[in-house]
Amino acid sequence: MSNTSPDGRSGAAAGTPAVEMEGVEKYYGTFHALKHIDLTVARGEKIVVCGPSGSGKSTLIRCVNQLEAVQKGRIVVDGIELTAGPKNVEQVRRDVGMVFQQFNLFPHMTVLQNCTLAPMKVRGVDRSEAEKTARKFLERVRIPEQAEKYPAQLSGGQQQRVAIARALCMNPKIMLFDEPTSALDPEMVSEVLDTMIDLAREGMTMMVVTHEMGFARQVADRVIFMDRGEIVEIAEPNAFFSNPQHERTRTFLGQITGH
Amino acid sequence: MIRPFGLDEALFIVFAIQWTLALSAIAFAGGAVGGLIIALLRVSQARLPRYLALGYVRLFQGTPLLMQLFLVYFGLNIFGAGINPWLAASLALTLHASAFLGEIWRGCIQAVPSGQSEASWALGLGYVDRMKSVVLPQAAKIAVAPTVGFLVQLIKGTSLASIIGFVELTRAGQIINNATFVPFKVFGLVAILYFVICWPLSLLARWMERRFAVATQR
Ligand SMILES: Nc1ncnc2c1ncn2[C@@H]1O[C@H](COP(=O)(O)OP(=O)(O)OP(=O)(O)O)[C@@H](O)[C@H]1O
Ligand SMILES: [Mg+2]
Repeated sequence: MSNTSPDGRSGAAAGTPAVEMEGVEKYYGTFHALKHIDLTVARGEKIVVCGPSGSGKSTLIRCVNQLEAVQKGRIVVDGIELTAGPKNVEQVRRDVGMVFQQFNLFPHMTVLQNCTLAPMKVRGVDRSEAEKTARKFLERVRIPEQAEKYPAQLSGGQQQRVAIARALCMNPKIMLFDEPTSALDPEMVSEVLDTMIDLAREGMTMMVVTHEMGFARQVADRVIFMDRGEIVEIAEPNAFFSNPQHERTRTFLGQITGH
Repeated sequence: MIRPFGLDEALFIVFAIQWTLALSAIAFAGGAVGGLIIALLRVSQARLPRYLALGYVRLFQGTPLLMQLFLVYFGLNIFGAGINPWLAASLALTLHASAFLGEIWRGCIQAVPSGQSEASWALGLGYVDRMKSVVLPQAAKIAVAPTVGFLVQLIKGTSLASIIGFVELTRAGQIINNATFVPFKVFGLVAILYFVICWPLSLLARWMERRFAVATQR
């Protein structure tokens, strides 16, 4: 598939960052949800975003595929300026996969249909090829035998792995994860994290909102701490956990490791 | 001259069912198309179409069906379409059904969790594919029971078309009654015939509602 946008902009130049955010401001009505966000994510980089509830973590990553529109600033994804118009938004969404806390699988479709819908409708891939790709990714997330089932027949962990496979079927350049394990029973968390670790090893660019600090230590290139709509601290995991610079970060880390 | 109420008279009434059913079918088919449009406008992101559709719905929900029939009937005449009960009744009932089905279906579309649309957007699906493949199929499942429920209302509503001279079940009853003067027998028969059509549909609607309730419990 070509990744040249209709106006001739090309996204694939190796030097461009995966995501660039510059002076981004986001309001919900009068509530200031993101305050002057500057962030650059390199290709292949794994970013973990953490912070207290309501700090703007979801909002931040939802801006990357424009599930939330921003009021100010520039967002460039894979060389395509999102904030420049709806055509670019469509283009970016094709190349950015997202996994939600609540899975958001399509309940009226089988696992296989969930995985083939977008490639067929958006990329124009024919059914047999879409199914081949889907089975390949279902194999990768280790549930090839569930292809004909409906989401409701699967466990939470299995559903979330289907959601990951569904996103991968679009052959994304960037994957966004919004608390992918928070809705799971504890015994299913690791099967999803393992899938994400595999994906990280394969070199996928990832932005992950999670409180799984073990995952952050193991996978993240950088950890972002957010509070009240601001990026308070960005650091490599070692420095982030052993020597947080900011008081608010220390308080937060104390709270989540405290229990 | 008074005629006795015999088999011929009764059969005249029974055969008028076909016109009630035909009018209901036209209004329902037209209302389904109009209702889908209204529902989609009502959930649109843009403000103007949303408000236009809302105004339409409020207008038809806030006035009696009989007035809607009169206005269309006389309105068509004023605009040169002449006196045409078929056209007037079909058009008025279609407009009426569009408003009510539109509002029912809007509710069903909005009952589909927003995560379904978000997942569609995140996958890059456009408006048409998101609606056609993701949102509407799920909304349709919820919509079946209330839609059948409205169909029952619509069938009963077609009786008002008798007033503008459309010969359906009720009008056939009036015609026979004017000749036989046995109103209790005549309109008793008419009522029974409506009941025979509507009762099974009501049962169906209730059954589907129960089935849906069970399905969503899982
Ligand atoms: N659609 C919305 N309308 C109004 N306010 C919103 C909306 N979405 C989020 N907010 C507010 O914006 C702030 C940031 O929300 P966000 O969902 O990004 O937080 P979060 O860090 O992901 O929190 P959590 O850990 O609870 O998921 C919160 O205070 C929230 O109440
Ligand atoms: Mg969140």
